Amino acid sequence: MEPQTLVAAALLVPLAGAPLIAACHRSPNTRETVTVLTSLVLFGCVVALLPLVLGGARPALSWFEIMPGLPIAFRVEPLGMLFALIASGLWIVNSLYSIGYMRGNGESHQTRFYVCFALALAGAIGIAFAANAFTLFVFYEVLTLVTYPLVTHHETPEARRGGRIYLGVLLGTSTVLLLPALIFTWRAAGTTEFVAGGILAGKLGPLACIGLLALYMFGIGKAALMPVHRWLPAAMVAPTPVSALLHAVAVVKAGVFSVVKVIVYIFGIDLLAGGAAAQGLLVVAGFTILAASVVALKADNLKRRLAYSTVSQLSYVVLAAAVLAPLSMIGAMLHIAAHALGKITLFFAAGAIYTAAHKTQVSQLDGIGRRMPWTMGAFAIGALSMIGLPPAAGFVSKWYMLAGAMSASQWTVVAVILASTLLNAGYFLPIVYRAFFRAPTASAHDHVHGEAPLAMVIALSVTAAATVLLFFLPDVPMALARLTLER
Amino acid sequence: MDVAANLPALQVVVPLVAAPLTVLLRGRRLAFAVVLLAAWTAFAIAIALWLRVDASGTISYHIGSWAPPWGIEYRVDRLSSYVLVLVSGIAAVVLPYSWPSIARELPPERHYLFYTMFALCLAGLLGMVITGDAFNIFVFLEISSLSTYVLIALGRDRRALLAAYQYLIMGTIGATFIVIGVGLLYLQTGTLNLVDMGQRLHGIAGHRPVLAALAFLTVGLSLKLALFPLHQWLPNAYAYAPSAVSSFLAATATKVAVYALLRFYYSVFGANTVFQRLPMEELMLVLALAGMFVASTVACFQADLKRLFAYSSVAQIGYIVLGLSFDSLAGLTATIVHLANHALTKGGIFLLLGGVAVSMGGVSLARVQGMARVMPLTSFGIVICGLSLIGVPGTVGFISKWYLIVAAIEKGQWWLVFLIVISSMISVVYVGRFVEAAYFQAPREGVRGRREAPLAMLLPSGLLVFATVCFGLATSTTLGAASLAAAELLGGMR
Repeated sequence: MEPQTLVAAALLVPLAGAPLIAACHRSPNTRETVTVLTSLVLFGCVVALLPLVLGGARPALSWFEIMPGLPIAFRVEPLGMLFALIASGLWIVNSLYSIGYMRGNGESHQTRFYVCFALALAGAIGIAFAANAFTLFVFYEVLTLVTYPLVTHHETPEARRGGRIYLGVLLGTSTVLLLPALIFTWRAAGTTEFVAGGILAGKLGPLACIGLLALYMFGIGKAALMPVHRWLPAAMVAPTPVSALLHAVAVVKAGVFSVVKVIVYIFGIDLLAGGAAAQGLLVVAGFTILAASVVALKADNLKRRLAYSTVSQLSYVVLAAAVLAPLSMIGAMLHIAAHALGKITLFFAAGAIYTAAHKTQVSQLDGIGRRMPWTMGAFAIGALSMIGLPPAAGFVSKWYMLAGAMSASQWTVVAVILASTLLNAGYFLPIVYRAFFRAPTASAHDHVHGEAPLAMVIALSVTAAATVLLFFLPDVPMALARLTLER
Repeated sequence: MDVAANLPALQVVVPLVAAPLTVLLRGRRLAFAVVLLAAWTAFAIAIALWLRVDASGTISYHIGSWAPPWGIEYRVDRLSSYVLVLVSGIAAVVLPYSWPSIARELPPERHYLFYTMFALCLAGLLGMVITGDAFNIFVFLEISSLSTYVLIALGRDRRALLAAYQYLIMGTIGATFIVIGVGLLYLQTGTLNLVDMGQRLHGIAGHRPVLAALAFLTVGLSLKLALFPLHQWLPNAYAYAPSAVSSFLAATATKVAVYALLRFYYSVFGANTVFQRLPMEELMLVLALAGMFVASTVACFQADLKRLFAYSSVAQIGYIVLGLSFDSLAGLTATIVHLANHALTKGGIFLLLGGVAVSMGGVSLARVQGMARVMPLTSFGIVICGLSLIGVPGTVGFISKWYLIVAAIEKGQWWLVFLIVISSMISVVYVGRFVEAAYFQAPREGVRGRREAPLAMLLPSGLLVFATVCFGLATSTTLGAASLAAAELLGGMR
């Protein structure tokens, strides 16, 4: 197939899948088959693009102009390729997991759930392949809106409250901060195209540079820098597959992906290097890493702890990108992949625990590892990756981040990363310890359970295995990261 | 007779003749058929005129072949052809809808009156847009206003009478101000032809009576276009009028008043006079902002959806006037494109609400609880239009917002940029209230058996919702026409 056709297919497959899924609402088996097939075809399209991109090609596609000079256009560059690979690949696993979870918990409105998921993936692919900031913005907003029904899936007052915060923060930041930043960029540079080396060089004063970077960084609320992180814990009212794929992978990675894109292709590393803007960003990201870890340390609800861990881990990417050294940039991009695999495993495990044992709090998990060895084994691997220990993928990305910070002599950054590693260990290891080394509490005997449904166990084992695999074979993400930095 | 050459006259004459015809025919079917035919013909004429203006420039039509400035001139330029298409297009969509809609709201013996008044109102609005004569504008304004009062008073709710009366009082005051303004201009220039008047005002723009005329016209037209704080008539009028009327008024009446304001500002006084001799820029800016914030906030506290969206209209008019206050190409483009964009969005919402009123027995937030389960299409349509009010990409509202922000950035007014985007976040709240009621609340007792509105109502509503998305993605028609019209206005008189 022509590369252009592949790009178009990657965008249209999930879009076309949505109505198909909706059409099959009477037969759940057909509906879920369509979902899995759609995810497989999408992944196929994305993988077919990979050798081209690695070979140096940049397949591009331009659809139409919304306003004069503002086209909806796509261009597959290495970083977008990486994000698309992660999102589409994990969608397959997540679809499998969703089938087990939604059926195991007897959830309602399952058709709406699968339809919105397909649309969310279309949004994520649109963000990944966007050739300009305008296209990225359009799909960014689409992603916010189509995930709202997923967050509020249960339709309870709590879900409604969570949905309000979710929509309020994400729409609010993107409209109030990101949109003016985008329009200003367009006026200043005459384009919003992502160009290697940036488009704003020589067009901004130092103060404007700080202001604009702040607008972008807080405007991209999906990257969850403090204080615009509140939507992420609020989104945890959603069913766990949503938290797993969207709020550990697609949505939040769309956020940090946009951050990296803006830094590399809009501002350009040279423009930011040594400036106060990047310094300020380092401070905000460093603060977010530590503060979120402290909150996670105190959270007893497992999903809440994972959510704050995500907030903290996302800021690793922002921090590493803001260091602006090549090695730390590679670390940032690898961390997008590493964190995605690790965190989806952790969420899968949390959902499996909820489905099999109906437990949501960390303090209830004593001895659960004996009943659910696969689940908690995978959880342990995910936790290792979060802390950044071998043999998990998180180690590789952390290594590069640290190396980059050292090469740039950013010793505070090194200290922040090390301190947060300790904090990560502080809130993940006790869970593993409880699960495997503590005796089950008396009340746990009331409800006899084993592992979660098979589909879920397979899914979480696959992602855990992938987390380990990425440690040994980080070649593809590494190559893509290196290509991104080449001019 | 050469039909093609007389299209400008036919644009007004066709609906104007349809009105007395319906009274003679009496039968509701015949009346409907006649007015529908007239509206569709008017739409076709408007499109023909638009294409002709696009191809060969401004059309000047002399009524009775009397050359201006002695005779009355109909003048079709880019702006007026754009508004003509908008008004007649909305009428062409609303009329088919009105047949099933008023069958449920009005006693059958009054149906022909509805169509009479609708045709008159349409003729009046089109006349205001097409005429190049200042006094003619006033005459057509009165034709459209008087018929509007009747249309509102036809509402089923008895409060419609009060609303119509309220509008009658306010509208009459507005019309009086306008006629005083026109009179002053006539005294100063000795002509009523707008182009002629504009040329004669050149040397005497600073004269006190001219400025007084400007002030009178501004206040009078601001009343008609419901600029905050002269909007008091609007929420009740929209809330209690028959659904088809609410939709038609929301989409056209205020827009035509904005058109008249633009016409007087740019073609008669000239932007220099308006914005430099009087502090009009600041005044418009403050009132627009007040409208955007106060009316949006009030909308958040409404329990009745028609009132809620009526207040939202006042806020959206704030955006339209805000664009005008920039006195720049981007700002004026935003104003003009938002005329159409808001007309499509709000027209769509009010049409859908008419269906809601039929199926759910009312449009209060309490009535629409759980509506998404019984009327999924209607609910989704309102959500789409709501997104357009917020200004989400992919809808027409986004385009208008984009150009407003561009205009503010061009002026270097960052505080204004943030006020614009923050005010659009208030609309998230009131749209969110609808979403939460329709999607998250359990349906009330007895709602189970309800169904979607009849297809004849659903289709026209769906058409406007579709247009809301369509012109948000493929903007070359609306935005292209708007920016050309803005350039023409700015280029004309400086």
